[in-house]
Amino acid sequence: MTGSLAGRVAVTVAGWAFALMLFFPIGWMVLTSFKSETAAIVPSLAFAPTTESYGEVQSRAYYLAFALNSVLISLGGTLLSLAFAVPAAYAMAFHPTARTRGTLLWMLSTKMLPSVGVLVPIYLLFRDLGLLDTRTGLVVVYGLMNLPIVVWMLFTFFKEVPNDILEAGRMDGARTGAEVWHLLLPLALPGIASTGLLSVILCWNEAFWSLNLTSSAAAPLTTFIASFSSPQGLFFAKLSAASTVAVAPILVFGWLSQRQLVRGLTFGAVK
Amino acid sequence: MATLSLRGIRKAYGATEIIKGVDLDIADREFTVFVGPSGCGKSTLLRMIAGLEEITAGDLLIDGRRVNDVGPADRGLAMVFQSYALYPHMTVRENMGFALKLARAPREERDRKVAEASRILQLDPYLDRRPKELSGGQRQRVAIGRAIVRHPKVFLFDEPLSNLDAALRGQMRVELARLHRELDATMIYVTHDQVEAMTMADRIVVLQAGRVEQVGSPLDLYHHPANLFVASFIGSPRMNLLPGTVASAGSSGLTVALPGGGEVAVPVDASRLSAGQAVTLGIRPEALRPDPEGGIAGEVGHVERLGGLTLVHVAIPGGPTAIMQVEGTDPSRPGEPIRMSARGEASHAFDAAGIAVPRSLQHPLAA
Repeated sequence: MTGSLAGRVAVTVAGWAFALMLFFPIGWMVLTSFKSETAAIVPSLAFAPTTESYGEVQSRAYYLAFALNSVLISLGGTLLSLAFAVPAAYAMAFHPTARTRGTLLWMLSTKMLPSVGVLVPIYLLFRDLGLLDTRTGLVVVYGLMNLPIVVWMLFTFFKEVPNDILEAGRMDGARTGAEVWHLLLPLALPGIASTGLLSVILCWNEAFWSLNLTSSAAAPLTTFIASFSSPQGLFFAKLSAASTVAVAPILVFGWLSQRQLVRGLTFGAVK
Repeated sequence: MATLSLRGIRKAYGATEIIKGVDLDIADREFTVFVGPSGCGKSTLLRMIAGLEEITAGDLLIDGRRVNDVGPADRGLAMVFQSYALYPHMTVRENMGFALKLARAPREERDRKVAEASRILQLDPYLDRRPKELSGGQRQRVAIGRAIVRHPKVFLFDEPLSNLDAALRGQMRVELARLHRELDATMIYVTHDQVEAMTMADRIVVLQAGRVEQVGSPLDLYHHPANLFVASFIGSPRMNLLPGTVASAGSSGLTVALPGGGEVAVPVDASRLSAGQAVTLGIRPEALRPDPEGGIAGEVGHVERLGGLTLVHVAIPGGPTAIMQVEGTDPSRPGEPIRMSARGEASHAFDAAGIAVPRSLQHPLAA
C-alpha cells in the first residue's frame, strides 16, 4: 500500500466516508423505524424512540408467513440454478470447445435484457400454467434469473480446480458422474458456497417478479414491504419498520458469511 | 500383464500435428521409457495411451483389443502424474483406496490392498494424513501407491520425478526399478532426463518433434545410435560431434580427415561412402584420451575436475569445443595446446543426412 502516513490517513478517511455513505440509507431507515409517524417526516436525530411502528406492522400483516416464503423461494431458486449450473460450468471449464467463451458471454448478455420486456409473456405463461402466486413459480423464475451469474461464478471456481486431479480420478475409474460428485464438488465447495450465498441474497432482494407474479399465498418479504407503501399516504415510520424486519435476516446472514461472500464477489479478480 | 501396440498413431490440434505417426509394440512386463526434449510429444503420446487425449488417427491396442474409443476409466491403466494429482480432500488411505471404492470392491479387499501397497511403499505411518501434510517424496509414493492398488494392466508415469530434488530423485529411481521387478508389470515412463531413461528402461523410445527417432535398449542406443539426434541426446556429457571429410572408405573401415589436419579411423561399414564426402565424426568423451601422437589437435579451454573424473574442454580449430573425459585428475591447464586420440570402437560416423554409418561390430552388451 501507500507508504506515507498522509497517504494512509487519506485512504482511511476516504474508505470510511464511502462506507458511511453506503450505510447511511440503511441506518436512516432503522432510525426512522423507531420514530413516531409525525417525527418521521422531520429529518432530525432528536426524537423519542418508540416501537409503535413495529407493533402496527405486525398487527397489519403476518410477517412470518412472508419470511417463510422468502426463505423457501430463495433457497429453492438457488438450488435450482445450482442444479443446472454445475453441469454447465463443468462442461465449459473442463471440456471447452471453440464456442465456450461465446456461450458464456451470450448467457451473461441475457442479463442485459430489462425484465419488464418479458413481463407480459411470462405473466401469460404463469397464468396458463397456474403458477401465479405460487412458490414453485417464483422458484423457477429466480432460478433462471440467476442462472447466468451462477454459471459464470462456478465456471471461474471450477477453473481453479487442477485438471490433473480430475484426470487422476478418470484414470482411477471415475466416470463423469463420480468425477463431479467425489472430486469436483468437494474441491470447489468453498466456491459453490459463495455462489450459493450470493444467489440467496439476490433472490431475497428481488422485487420486480415477486410484486408482479405473487399477491398473497407465495408473497415474499419484498411484497410485504411494498404493501406498506400504501395509497393512503406516506407512512415513513411504518414503511421503515417493515423494511427493517425484511432486510434484517439477510443482513445477519450476510454478516455471518461475509468471508465467503467477499471471495465470491471478487471472483476472478483474486486467484 | 499386458501388451500394447501403437499403429500409425497421430495427434493433431487443428492443422498442427503433434504426433506424426508412431508405430510401437510394448511387450508384457517391459519397462519402456519415452524420452525426448520438451515439446517432442512424449507426454501427449502417453496421455493418448491413457485415454486422456483423443487419438486423431491410427489404432491403439491393449492385449490385441482396439481401445481408441474406450474411456480412460475403462482401459484398466493407472497413471502417476508429474504433479502427483493427489486428492487433497482425502487421506492417504482414501487416496489409495479411491479406485477400489469406485469399483465397489468390498471393504476388506480395499483395506487389504491398501495395506499391501502401503507396506511396499513404506507409507504405514502416514495413512491417515492428508496430502498437504506430506513431503514431496511421500506424495510421490502415495501417487505410486494409488496406481499399485489397482493392479493395472499397464502403469503410466508422466515425468514423476521432476518435482523432486536431486538426491531424492536418485533414490526414487532405484525404488521404481525395484518396484518394476517386484510387481512384474508393464510400465511406460515419460521423461526428458536421459539418465532416468538409461538407468531404468528395458527399452528406450527416443522421440523428437512427434516422430520416433530410435527404439532400443539403453546400451543399444548408447553404442549404436541410429542418427545424430540420438547420438547427441543419449549420454552425458554429450557425444562430441566433429565435422570432417572421408579420407578413405571401405566395408572394413572408414578414415575421417579433420579440418585441422589429422585423421581418425572408425570401424564402420562405409561401403556406401566415398572419399571426399562430408561426414560427422562422433566420439564419446570417455573415448578421447591425451596422446602426443594423436590425430586430434586443439587447445585446452575450461577444465572441470570432479575428483574421480576430469572433463577437459578442448577447442578444436574449425570445429566445436570437444569434451574429453579422463579418469582421475588430469594435469591439463587452460591455454595449453593438446593432442588427443580416439578409441576407434567408441567412435561413430554420420553421413551428410545425419544417419549413422553402420558399425562393423555389435557391442557385446547392446541387445
